[in-house]
Amino acid sequence: MKIKSLLHKAVGVLATVTLLPSLAHAFQMEKAHRADYMGLTPHAHWDEVWHETMLDITVIGVIFTVVSVAFMIIYRRKGHGERGHLPKLSPQARIGWVVIPCMLFLGDDLYLYVKGFDLHNHMREVPANASEVKLTGAMWSWTYENEQGVETYDELRVPVGKPVVLRMQSDDVVHSHYMNKYRVTEDLMPGRVTYQWFMPDEVGTSVVTCREYCGENHSRMYGKIIVMTQADYDAWVASELGNASDAIPAASKEVAAHAAADEAQNI
Amino acid sequence: MSGFMGHEPDGKPGQPKTVKEWIFTLDHKVIGIWYLIGAIASFVVAGLAASAMRLELGSVGPDLTEDGNVYNLWLTMHGAVMILGFQIPALLGFVANWAVPVMIGAKDMAFPRVNALSVWLLWSGILLALANLVIPDSYNGMWTGYPPYSLTENVGNTALYSLVVIVLGMSSVFGAVNLACTVAFMRAKGMGWFQMPMTPWCVFAANIIQLIFVPVLAASVLLLSLDRYLGFGFYNPEVGGDVLLYQNLFWFYSHPAVYVILLPFMGVMFEIFSTSARNMVFNYKMTVWAVMSFIPVAADVWVHHAYVAGLPNWLRLLQTFTTLLISLPFGLLMLSLAGTLYRGSIRYTGPMYWAVGAFFMLIIGALTGIPNALTAVDYGISDSYVIMSHFHYVMAVSGAMATFAGVFYWFPKLTGRMANEAMTKLTAVGFFVGMNIVMGPLYFAGIEGMPRRYMDYQQFADNATIVGAQHWSTIGLYITFISALLTIVTWLHGAIAGKKATANPWGSQGLEFTATAVIPGQGNFPTPVEVAPDWHPYNYENNPKPTFAPHPGAAAAH
Repeated sequence: MKIKSLLHKAVGVLATVTLLPSLAHAFQMEKAHRADYMGLTPHAHWDEVWHETMLDITVIGVIFTVVSVAFMIIYRRKGHGERGHLPKLSPQARIGWVVIPCMLFLGDDLYLYVKGFDLHNHMREVPANASEVKLTGAMWSWTYENEQGVETYDELRVPVGKPVVLRMQSDDVVHSHYMNKYRVTEDLMPGRVTYQWFMPDEVGTSVVTCREYCGENHSRMYGKIIVMTQADYDAWVASELGNASDAIPAASKEVAAHAAADEAQNI
Repeated sequence: MSGFMGHEPDGKPGQPKTVKEWIFTLDHKVIGIWYLIGAIASFVVAGLAASAMRLELGSVGPDLTEDGNVYNLWLTMHGAVMILGFQIPALLGFVANWAVPVMIGAKDMAFPRVNALSVWLLWSGILLALANLVIPDSYNGMWTGYPPYSLTENVGNTALYSLVVIVLGMSSVFGAVNLACTVAFMRAKGMGWFQMPMTPWCVFAANIIQLIFVPVLAASVLLLSLDRYLGFGFYNPEVGGDVLLYQNLFWFYSHPAVYVILLPFMGVMFEIFSTSARNMVFNYKMTVWAVMSFIPVAADVWVHHAYVAGLPNWLRLLQTFTTLLISLPFGLLMLSLAGTLYRGSIRYTGPMYWAVGAFFMLIIGALTGIPNALTAVDYGISDSYVIMSHFHYVMAVSGAMATFAGVFYWFPKLTGRMANEAMTKLTAVGFFVGMNIVMGPLYFAGIEGMPRRYMDYQQFADNATIVGAQHWSTIGLYITFISALLTIVTWLHGAIAGKKATANPWGSQGLEFTATAVIPGQGNFPTPVEVAPDWHPYNYENNPKPTFAPHPGAAAAH
C-alpha cells in the first residue's frame, strides 16, 4: 500500500517534469524568430496578448462558474436529515485529482507565460535606432529633454514613426511614467536610471499619468505625448532652439518624413 | 439538554460577569470576542474612509474636498486599517482564537497569558492607528510607506506608521507562536493531524507564514524611522542606500500576508460548504497539502509587486513564473470547494449565502489576477484600477464576505442566540450585488487607463468609460453601505434579542457544535474530549460521537 502510493507520487512528479522542456524552450527561443514580431508595434502586440489572456481567463471562469452553479442547483437538500454522497476516492483517484488539474493549470500558465515572455522582450529590448529622451520626474511634474537639447514640461513631442527611449530618473520620490496609448509603465526613482521605450506610430495626442503614489498632487501629475509629423517636429525644434536658419527646407523635410515612415515599417 | 453532551445546566454562555473579568480575561473565547470587536470597529472606520473616497470620485472635479492631503489620509486609513485592523485580526484573531481551540478540542490556547498580551497589543495598535485621524501631522504615506516619500516632510508622522506596524507585528508573532503550539500540542485526545477541520489547518499554515515573514516587515519599517529621524540612510541613495531595498523587504512579507488572509477565510468557507452540503471535503488530505504548499510558494513571488520598479528583466520573468505557480495550490482549493458540493445535500442557511457570495467573488478575483501576473501585460495595467479591482475581489470583498459568513456561522455559539435568518440572507445578497457594482465597472476603467490612488481624473474627463464607471461605482456604494450597516444591526439585534439557539443549528460534526451545548467559560469542555480513530469533522455518516474523559471523582461519565 505504502509503496503503491509512493509509486503514484513518483509518476505524478515525472509527469510534471515533462512540462519543464516547454519552459526551457521559452527561455531559449532564438531571437531571430521574434525579431520583427510580425510588424506589430509593442502596444499593438500588448493588445493582442491582453485579449488572448482575457479570453483565456473568461473561458476558465465561465466553465468553473457554470459547473459550480449547476452543483449548487442540482444538489439542493430535498428532505430533512439527508446527507451528501460524495464518492469515496481511491488512492489513485486522490493523486489523479491533484496531478491532472495541476498539469492543466500549469499548461495554461505556460501557454500564457510564453506569450508574455515574447511580449516582454518586445517591450524591453530597445531598437537600435531609437532616439533618446531624458526624463526627470519631480513632485509634481515631468521634465523631458530631447536629443536636440530642447526641454519641455509635462509635454513630450516626438516625430511619428521613430522609436523613442526614455532614460528616466527622479529628483525626489518614486514616480511612475505611464503612457496610456503605448501601454508602458516604469518607475522613476532617485539613485537609479530606468528606461522605457515606445513606438509613436500615429500623429496625435495621448495622456501620460503618474502611477506611483507621490503625495498631495499625485493625481494632478499628468502630461501628454504629442506625436507630430517629421516636418512639424523639425519646425518645432528649430523654433524652440531659436535658430531659424538651421530649419530644413520644406522639400527635404517631406523626404525625411517619408524616410522615417519607411523606417517605421521596418521596425 | 437531555441526551446532549452539554454541561451548562442553565444553557447560558459562560461569559465573564464583571467589567474587570472582561478586561483581564485569559479565556481564549473572550479574547476572541475582543479581537472581533476590534476588527468590526476597524471595518467601520475603514469603511467610512472608503465611502468618503467613493463619493469624492463620483464625478470629475472636487466633490467633498479639494485638498489632496485630506483625500490621501482617507486612502491611507482605508488600506492600513482594513488590512492590519480588520482582516488580519478578524481571521488570525477572532477565527484563530475563538474558534480553533474549540474545534480541535483544546481547553484553551497553549499560552493564555501570551494570548491576552496579543489582544492588548492589537488594541494598542488600533488606538494608535486611529490617533492618526486627530494628530496635526497625520501620516499619509499609504499602508505601503514607500521611501523616499515616507522620508520627506510631506508624508507626516512616519514614526507613528512604524510604531503601529511594529506593535501589530508583535501581536501577530505572539499570536502565531501561540496558535501553532495550540494546534500542534493541544488537540483532543485521539485527534490526529488529518482529523483536524480545515479552519485549524488553514490558520496553522497562515501562522507559519506570519512567523517567517512578519519580522522582515517589522525590520523594514524600523529602518524607515531610523532613516527619517536619525539619518541612517538605508533607503537614501545620496548616502549609499537604495530605495528598492525597502520595496523588496516590504513585499517579502506583504505578499505572503495576502495568503495569511486568504487561507483562513477559505478555511471558514470549507467549514460552511461542508456543513451545508453535509458532505466530506473533497479530497481532504490532498487539500490539506495544497494549503501547506502555500508556504513555500508564497515565499518567492514578491517581485510581482515591483515589475515596473527598474529591476532586472530576468528577475521579472523568473518571478512571473513563480507567481503563476500559485494557481496550482489555489486551483486545487477552489476545485475542492466546488467538489465538496458534488452530490451533496445543500441547505442554504444564512452563513451559506455569505460563503457562496465569497466563492463567486473569489473566482472573479483569482482569474483577474492572471493578467497582472504576466510581467509584460502588467506594463499596461500596473497600478491602475485593474489591480485595484482585482485585489478587492480576491482579498478584500471575498475575505470580508467569508469572515462575515464565519461570524454568522459561529454566532449561535458566540452569543447563545440566532441572528435573524431573513436579514442574514438579505444582507449577503445586498453586499454581493453592491460590491460587484462598486468594483466591476472599475475594472473597465482600469483597462482604459485610470490609475489608482487618484483623487480626481481631470485628464480622463472626456473618456466616457471611466466617467461612467466612477458614476456606477458610487451608486454601488449606497447598496453596499446599507447592506453593511444592516449586517451590523443584524448582529446587534441577534445578540440582544435573537431567538435562543439550539446546540447544533447547522448540523455540523465539528467539536464546537457537538461537544459543547452553549460554550461555557474558561475550559471549554467539562473534562478532556476524546475522539475515536475513525472520527472525522466532515464525516456525516455514522460518525462516532466525541466522548469525554470521566470527571475526576465521578463514578461514571454523564
